[in-house]
Amino acid sequence: MADRVSKPSDSLARRAFAGAIPHNLDLGIEPLEAQDGHALAKLAYDARLVGDPETGVIHGGVVTTLIDTVCGLAVMTALDTPQPIVTLDLRIDYLKPAKPKEDLLARAHAYKVTRQVVFVRAAAYQSDEERPIANAVGTFMLLGKRAGKARK
Amino acid sequence: MTAFAELVAEARSRNDFSGLVDAIPYHRYLGIKLIELDGEMIATLPSNEKLIGNPMLPAIHGGVIGAFLETTAIFHLLSAGQTLHVPKTITITIDYRRSAGPVDTFAKGITTKLGSRVAIVRAEAWQDDPARPVATANVNFLIEPAGR
Repeated sequence: MADRVSKPSDSLARRAFAGAIPHNLDLGIEPLEAQDGHALAKLAYDARLVGDPETGVIHGGVVTTLIDTVCGLAVMTALDTPQPIVTLDLRIDYLKPAKPKEDLLARAHAYKVTRQVVFVRAAAYQSDEERPIANAVGTFMLLGKRAGKARK
Repeated sequence: MTAFAELVAEARSRNDFSGLVDAIPYHRYLGIKLIELDGEMIATLPSNEKLIGNPMLPAIHGGVIGAFLETTAIFHLLSAGQTLHVPKTITITIDYRRSAGPVDTFAKGITTKLGSRVAIVRAEAWQDDPARPVATANVNFLIEPAGR
């Protein structure tokens, strides 16, 4: 690892994330962007994940998983020193029903990093980012021994 | 009644919701089952390698725990006969209390408000000790009451 790089680069963070997490691999969550506290991830439509067999709409729990994942990715890229993180809480508002047979995307921004807590906002959408299906806010705890370095 | 509402009514009359859980593909994917314990509905999530979100700890993915809590809250309302239709989630707030290890997880719901349009359910998930939940959630639902 290049020790000049204090923050994981876009491709590094994305590769680490995509390859290391069994559940994300199994769902096929694809990180598209991850840099400086901003992240975007995609989950392709998958019949295994349907929550309403009459309409074919994906289960709300899958939206939760995609949002939790993209928030975690945004947090990782916001840190000066790579360290373990855990979700402390996550609130999701469902704004409108998802459409069947369409991919899900979620974008997150880790907008405030403190010594021990990182605050994140996220939104999930399908074809139109201006019309999100869900909005979310979350907080993540930093577990590193050196947790304590707040960014400006 | 829709086909699903008929399934709900039938499940209630037989007091067996297992078929209803299995009617949803995502529940089958997660492996969620419902059991009855002392008259209370308990949801179970069997340990499975594909649900791991942190291989270092290891721990179940936080999103899976959230999905499990939401599903538990929905089936709590259905099994208690508080609605015949699948309630629509308005907002879910999940608090993660401790990491959920790679073992079986259980959950139950408590309705804290049942109005004519809104129901609020608190759901708790635990592993070895119900008094030490791994996560809790507060879920606000839009409902169509069973009486309509």
